[in-house]
Amino acid sequence: MNIFDVIGPVMIGPSSSHTAGAVRLGNLALAILGEPVKEAVIGLHGSFAQTYKGHGTDLALAAGLQGWATDDARIPKSFDAVRQAGITIAFKIINLGDLAHPNSVKFWLTGVNGHTRQVIGTSIGGGRVSVTNIDDFPVEFSGEFPAIITMHNDRPGAIALVTSILSSHGVNVAQMRVFRKQKGGLAVMIVETDQPVDDAEVEVISKLPHITSVRRIQLG
Amino acid sequence: MEEKLSLQEWIGLAEHKNISFGDFCIEFQARELEISQEELLSRMETLLQVMEQSVEIGLSGIKSMGGLVGGNGKLVEEYRREHPRESVVGTVMSKAIMIALAVGEANASMGRIVAAPTAGASGTLPAVLFSLSEAKGCSRSEIAKALVVAGAIGMVIASRATLSGAAGGCQAECGSAGAMAAGAAVELYGGSPDQVGQAAAMTLKNMMGLVCDPVAGLVEVPCVKRNAGAVATAMVAAEMALAGIKSVIPVDEVIDVMAAVGNTMPCSLKETAQGGIAVSPTGLALAKEIFVSS
Repeated sequence: MNIFDVIGPVMIGPSSSHTAGAVRLGNLALAILGEPVKEAVIGLHGSFAQTYKGHGTDLALAAGLQGWATDDARIPKSFDAVRQAGITIAFKIINLGDLAHPNSVKFWLTGVNGHTRQVIGTSIGGGRVSVTNIDDFPVEFSGEFPAIITMHNDRPGAIALVTSILSSHGVNVAQMRVFRKQKGGLAVMIVETDQPVDDAEVEVISKLPHITSVRRIQLG
Repeated sequence: MEEKLSLQEWIGLAEHKNISFGDFCIEFQARELEISQEELLSRMETLLQVMEQSVEIGLSGIKSMGGLVGGNGKLVEEYRREHPRESVVGTVMSKAIMIALAVGEANASMGRIVAAPTAGASGTLPAVLFSLSEAKGCSRSEIAKALVVAGAIGMVIASRATLSGAAGGCQAECGSAGAMAAGAAVELYGGSPDQVGQAAAMTLKNMMGLVCDPVAGLVEVPCVKRNAGAVATAMVAAEMALAGIKSVIPVDEVIDVMAAVGNTMPCSLKETAQGGIAVSPTGLALAKEIFVSS
């Protein structure tokens, strides 16, 4: 915690969890998709479902999916920009179960290049967020650090190759987690780093054996 | 678990160096952030500009998302203009009330604000800073310094208790904003480091136990007017501290007690809209109306 966490952030109101947090969840979902959004279905759970209108949560999520920051003055008019960009966004009320955090959202995203991703995230308070699920893989990361997310085949050495490329570029791994559904199947790895990962490194990692996709997360 | 910060310790260090609490905080925070003191103050001045813009937004005839607030800051502005000699609380406090409401309403209508410490309590600090600095003729950097003092108080509260209404009730949001503003007011008026702490302690004590009970779960009712209430409490505490009155209970202990009171508060009174004025007959009726129309 530093003094600008207390005096700040600058944000569009009214709620750090239901507005600023929603923008950040949209930002993260966009980064995980890895290309501009063409179509989105957004499911709202719990308190998000009940109070989204009064908090502008829907506007904030749409703003986040366009890569806008939490203090972007255009957020109240984000639907206009969505229409102008030819993006389709539909909202629905969903139930993610009793165990899900009340401020949860699920995105079904299709990008301009046809890629699809499903992302579930939670706004945990004070504008801080957590992504909890990507394409049915239970994951956990906050977006507070620069990160890369890989999808790879669960084979010996797949992880070591990624970290060795990062270290050879002077990028230190802060935290790292691997999630898989079954042995030898597809796995998701989230590597949070102290330094930002640049395009060249992402490119090299994407060409490694066993890696099926790489996404870079770098929120402002 | 990180070691808890102590306002008393920081006050002691400032006294030892024989400098104002603001100067101590600037030195200390610039070192922590590894930036120059000028950079720290300039970033604070940028935040002050956003605060000023949010006052303008709030006075521009807006309506909140839920439709429950909007235009109250403007009403005070008009009253001040039309009845310049009929202020119950005096012109400085009345200006502060206007600013607190305006920023709260800017926030509720999706305007840009500085969460200080939170979005719901964002009206309190600008109100105290701008009304008092205008009355006293303070420079921009003096206001920025007072904002650093407020931030330091908020850091200690965040470390020992919480700044979130969902975790500690409104005492943790508007109460903390008030304590931060009271310390800032003392700094603006040239008070001692000890008086900064006394003002923060007395504000938190006077807002102890305040519940978070938003109608329909929205940051509108009672949040906007609670900011004006926090302003009044902060100014009263600052005046007492500057006069040399001390809080019988030391400030760190008061913060710890606020945390303990927050922990014993039932969930229905912590931002869930399941208690307090949120479940008054009118509160429930309004909630029903808002949900049906959404």
